[in-house]
Amino acid sequence: MTRLALLLSTLVLALFIAALVVGPADIGIYQSLKALFVDDEGPMTLVMREVRLPRALLAVMIGGSLGLAGAAMQGYLRNPLADPGLIGVSGSAALAAVLAIQTGLAASFAFGLPLSALAGALIGVFLVLVLAGPRGSSLTLILAGIAISALAGAFTSLVLNLSPNPFAANEIVFWMMGSLADKSMTHVWVALPLIVLGALMLATMARGLDALTLGEDAAEAMGIGLRRIRLTLIFGTAAVVGASTAVAGAIGFVGLVVPHLLRPFVGARPSRLLWASAFGGAAMLLAADIAVRAILPARDLKLGVVTALVGAPLFLHLIYLTRREGL
Amino acid sequence: MNLCTDQLAMMVAGEGQLMSVSYLASAPRSSAMVKQAARFQANHGLAEEIYLMQPDLVIAGSFSTRATVDMLKRLGIPVVVVDPAYSLEDVRARLTQMGEVLGQQDRAAQLVTDFDAQLAAYRSDIETRPRAALYYANGYTSGDKTLAGQILATAGLANIAAEQGFSASGIIPLEVLAMAQPDTVITSRPYPAASRAEEVKGHPVIEALRRSRPEASMTDSDWVCGTPFVLRAIDDMVALRREMQDARQ
Repeated sequence: MTRLALLLSTLVLALFIAALVVGPADIGIYQSLKALFVDDEGPMTLVMREVRLPRALLAVMIGGSLGLAGAAMQGYLRNPLADPGLIGVSGSAALAAVLAIQTGLAASFAFGLPLSALAGALIGVFLVLVLAGPRGSSLTLILAGIAISALAGAFTSLVLNLSPNPFAANEIVFWMMGSLADKSMTHVWVALPLIVLGALMLATMARGLDALTLGEDAAEAMGIGLRRIRLTLIFGTAAVVGASTAVAGAIGFVGLVVPHLLRPFVGARPSRLLWASAFGGAAMLLAADIAVRAILPARDLKLGVVTALVGAPLFLHLIYLTRREGL
Repeated sequence: MNLCTDQLAMMVAGEGQLMSVSYLASAPRSSAMVKQAARFQANHGLAEEIYLMQPDLVIAGSFSTRATVDMLKRLGIPVVVVDPAYSLEDVRARLTQMGEVLGQQDRAAQLVTDFDAQLAAYRSDIETRPRAALYYANGYTSGDKTLAGQILATAGLANIAAEQGFSASGIIPLEVLAMAQPDTVITSRPYPAASRAEEVKGHPVIEALRRSRPEASMTDSDWVCGTPFVLRAIDDMVALRREMQDARQ
């Protein structure tokens, strides 16, 4: 338990430092870390503080958010296939973000973009939960998710194709795949408040989720308000996923892979899985972002490509398991 | 049916020789000959509208839709495909080619002579070469083997992209750009309506590079096509270089 916490936090820290020292500009490890802390008035500090630091911070924040949201959703729905990307929450957040950018709402005030994405994500979670029902089977959940994802994706493409800006259409890829390239500290400050708020909300669900493993009646008997849990889940997930998607696009599979990998180590207790998945998600996204920069530095490979390459086979494996168990 | 061949054709063609140009030739952002283009019927590069005009000849760019060009050929309409210009030398070659295609060799030769004369004026008197970076939406830049790169070189600016090993166009990572410390950053002008691709031009790193340095933006219509209008782009860049040299003294 504490060993796992120690291990995961060391991993995140190590990857965070690696993310800071890996990059297309040729700067030594010692030099780059020194430039980060001591302002040399030159380009090196600029690169470290304005290019690499925000990128690494965002990877931690967004990866953590997605891992946490995935674990919370899977705990609440008691369904290992739930993932904010897969069930269309990220997609609807991306649609709302695109609308905010195209209508100029995003430019009108600082938090216009993340708040719109939050609204989009809220609608997404809400629709999926309504369509799939409170104890929805895997099948209805995934079907509802696919429908919402496809719809949101189609509208996103439509809006970007109609834009008078010739670059907008190319951005369909960004919104569907996600990327952390060329982000600045502004993006960090814009996303941070909602991510912290959402993460705190999801963290309060820990006890409720543990109780829910005994069944809903037992949970109610223990004094857990199911309505409140449900609302916390909806708002918490929408806040973290909305803010993440607003700055980095829809990055899939993190919320699916991480809880699945960590579940055996936490004794299947959803409360422990929550924080473990937050750490795990941060580590996964940091690693993916390092991979993106190390493999094809000049090609702006999208993050979602890497996470999907890891996540999709696992998803197929999960479906296979589900079928075999006859659920 | 291509922005660049349209403009070449409008310059070279005689009265009544040209029938239609693409709608892009009338778009003020990309075309340098909007006024002239208004005199012709606009087409959208679609096979059926062009076929219905029954032209004797269609001039297309090599980046025009292949399907359209192939269909027009199948329908028996002669199509000349003109390659885009990647250098100032190409500009002369395209003018000459256009003259041959339209049977206006003399007009084309005159245009080439004028072009050469003006170009020669820029090539003299360059002592120091300030280092410039071209930076477009999505972090694209152009190396020396591109028209934009040659415009810079002719105007007496050294191209950062070439230092970093770009010969053609490519994405220059923001941090590489920052480490290269260019003397000026030249960006494309933003299009209407926001896009994430253009947001990168407002990144704090770019702003820091621009602070206390002269900056410039390029007028797309002078830069995109290999026509004598590149001289105007060169002129803008020479002005920028002078401004930088004055600032240093």
